[in-house]
Amino acid sequence: MKRAAIIIFAALFAFVLIVAMLELSALPSPKVNLPAAVAANMAASGVEHPVTAVLLNFRGYDTLLEIAVLLLVLLVVLAVSPREGKAPAASHEPVLQVLARVAVPVMLLAAVYLLWAGAHRPGGAFQAGAVLGAAAVLLHLAGLLPGWNAPRLFMRAGLAGGFLVFLVVASALLANGALLHFPPEFAGALILLIEAGLTVSLGLILAGLFLFLA
Amino acid sequence: MTEFFDPLAWLILLPLFWASGAFLLGPTRGARLAIVGVAAQLWLAIDLAVKVGDGGTAIRHAVGGWGAPLGIDLIADGLAAAMLLLTHMVALPLLLYARGYFAADASVARYFWPLSGFLLAGLNALFLAADLFNLYVTLEIVGLAAVGLVAAGGNATQIAAGLRYLFATLIGSGMYLLGVALIYGAYGTVSIATLTPLINASAASAVWIAAALMLLGLMLKTALFPFHYWLPPAHGGAPAPVSALLSALVVKASFYLILRLWLGPFAPLTGTIAWLPALLGSAAILWGSWQAIRAVRLKMLVAYSTIAQLGYLFLIFPLLGPDGLALQAGGMQVVAHGLAKAAMFAAAGAMIHVTGRDAVADVAGVASRMPVSLFAFALAGVTLMGLPPSGGFLAKWLLIDAALTQGQWWLVAVIIAGGLLAAIYVFRVLRQAFLVPAQGERRHLSHRAPPLLEWTAFTLAAASVLLGLRGVDLLRLLAVGSGP
Amino acid sequence: MSTGLIFAGTGAILFAMGVAGVMLLAHLLRRILAFNLMGSGAFLILIGLAQRAGLVDPVPQAMVLTGIVVSVAATALALALTRRLHKLTGAYTLPATRDD
Repeated sequence: MKRAAIIIFAALFAFVLIVAMLELSALPSPKVNLPAAVAANMAASGVEHPVTAVLLNFRGYDTLLEIAVLLLVLLVVLAVSPREGKAPAASHEPVLQVLARVAVPVMLLAAVYLLWAGAHRPGGAFQAGAVLGAAAVLLHLAGLLPGWNAPRLFMRAGLAGGFLVFLVVASALLANGALLHFPPEFAGALILLIEAGLTVSLGLILAGLFLFLA
Repeated sequence: MTEFFDPLAWLILLPLFWASGAFLLGPTRGARLAIVGVAAQLWLAIDLAVKVGDGGTAIRHAVGGWGAPLGIDLIADGLAAAMLLLTHMVALPLLLYARGYFAADASVARYFWPLSGFLLAGLNALFLAADLFNLYVTLEIVGLAAVGLVAAGGNATQIAAGLRYLFATLIGSGMYLLGVALIYGAYGTVSIATLTPLINASAASAVWIAAALMLLGLMLKTALFPFHYWLPPAHGGAPAPVSALLSALVVKASFYLILRLWLGPFAPLTGTIAWLPALLGSAAILWGSWQAIRAVRLKMLVAYSTIAQLGYLFLIFPLLGPDGLALQAGGMQVVAHGLAKAAMFAAAGAMIHVTGRDAVADVAGVASRMPVSLFAFALAGVTLMGLPPSGGFLAKWLLIDAALTQGQWWLVAVIIAGGLLAAIYVFRVLRQAFLVPAQGERRHLSHRAPPLLEWTAFTLAAASVLLGLRGVDLLRLLAVGSGP
Repeated sequence: MSTGLIFAGTGAILFAMGVAGVMLLAHLLRRILAFNLMGSGAFLILIGLAQRAGLVDPVPQAMVLTGIVVSVAATALALALTRRLHKLTGAYTLPATRDD
């Protein structure tokens, strides 16, 4: 009974929403034109790709808080994960191991490329970090990398380092008038610094979300 | 251009810095760093409240120097400044309390300090945000940090409560996010200041759906009856300092956002349905109080009392008018309940710490062994019942005043009934505390509570009562830059 | 009807399926998948509605990237808690609540 009611309600909601969106699409375009504002300020953003400019400059504050979300979730994972007795690496398939040994160096190369490409085409720190994290998970699944124990200081510094670099840059720029207020001439270099730091930390965090629990 | 030590920016940066620092120090460390950090934040919050109160206008910080709608703005008006002040007035005693509470066994609260730093950063960012999408990110920080604090203890009850809370908060923020997507589709911006003049009663139906989704999602996060199911296990099952932070501050954050949206961009859409939140609020007062009266466990009693007290906040919606009376009543209730509920959870935690048991029946004999904690519990109860001179009295008085002015008699009846029901559950605990425990039970009272636990609870309770005497200043602050 | 609207319509269906799933499914892994469906629906609508004039708008794309990271984090948290619950109770469902 409850089940049927929820399904009917959900279907009705989807229908109403689609009708409302069709009605919206018949209206003229909104007066606020953010794509034009983004295009007009691209020169001062320090990068050439509009999505990267929005992510790290125009709405860089969102990105700062987003990294805080990842870091805090990692803390919870560490807090609830078993404290010792990590299982040994899972598989010993020779084929998988050979594949992993070939793939991982290519993945590292791809991560560096993605980081560098972010300035002028799709790419950037998160994508690069995701590839790094995936490489670590692949090594674990192939039986070449054991699960991680509770992090020591060095590891913790690696996990939080990217966020701290971002935070220090954001607050240092208060001297320039506002939080994350990049001076146009240094914006490109500072964004690259932040993205490089984030790539390493995001790779470790994403790998850690898997390997601290392994 | 703003100065380097702009309180708006540092209220968000500072907790992020000490949270990261506490993480670097290790799983059970960082207490001193956190307490120094929150003390500095309290100073910033006072500084901001004075600036906003004296200046009489909202203070703005354009992050990135772009300004809305391209960039993201931070705005501190009277309501935001009051929320920031409350947050730190509650957080500083509670962190001192937590230090005493976790001193015996630090392993039950791994990463408590960095997580509470992220929680405070999220709350501060939420109170200052003026951008719907940025608000989504801050809502997620607050929600996930709160779930983390509930679950971090790691026993099965806490994990299950954490998961239940997690799904509730994720559905809530998912609905909010869908609303933001529809708003961006309709207006091409998510800046609240830019949107407010654009939205009117002839808005497209997608905008109405967006408003409904966002407000409903936030009501789920605020645990408004009948969406309250997740709150008692989460708030009743967490360690006492966490319960106190959650009940005093986290649920208020989503209420604050409902109020912001209701008075701001969605004001033209909400006029005709203002009775609905008030109806649900009334139901919350009656149901929550009833559950508190029959609760077996002490912390469950306090958690159900939170559901009842949150109900009062929703009574203000049909009364919101140009005189600002109802808004002041709501703001006063938020602050008074925040202080009182933090005190109540802290006192309950101290009692459970000493007796080693958590049933209401087990507080028998506490009166002679822990008079300070019991007195703190009673003072907090005075605020919840709404007796003078407490902040709770002032809030309920303003609310009744606003209801009488507008002829809403049924609200007056609900408010008075809620006060009487609160008296029943508070006196239920006090009566039990003065009973002499049975012979075999005496050994449970063998050791005394650490003074730090008792006195921080007492400070919070005293603040909630004395708030009534300084209420005029708070009301003046709440009036800055608010109203329709 | 533009491609943007097809994305948005698909998003509406996914979101509704996700919400129903989170409410109806007892198995925690399925519930987590349903939550992800919900998130994907909202992201599709954000992107799809914004490009109804046929032009690419980088702002919602950046917002969706932020949203994806947040939902990855939320999913990781849910999975970690689910694993821990399974280890402690042996079940992949939430225990029934006692009404006290």
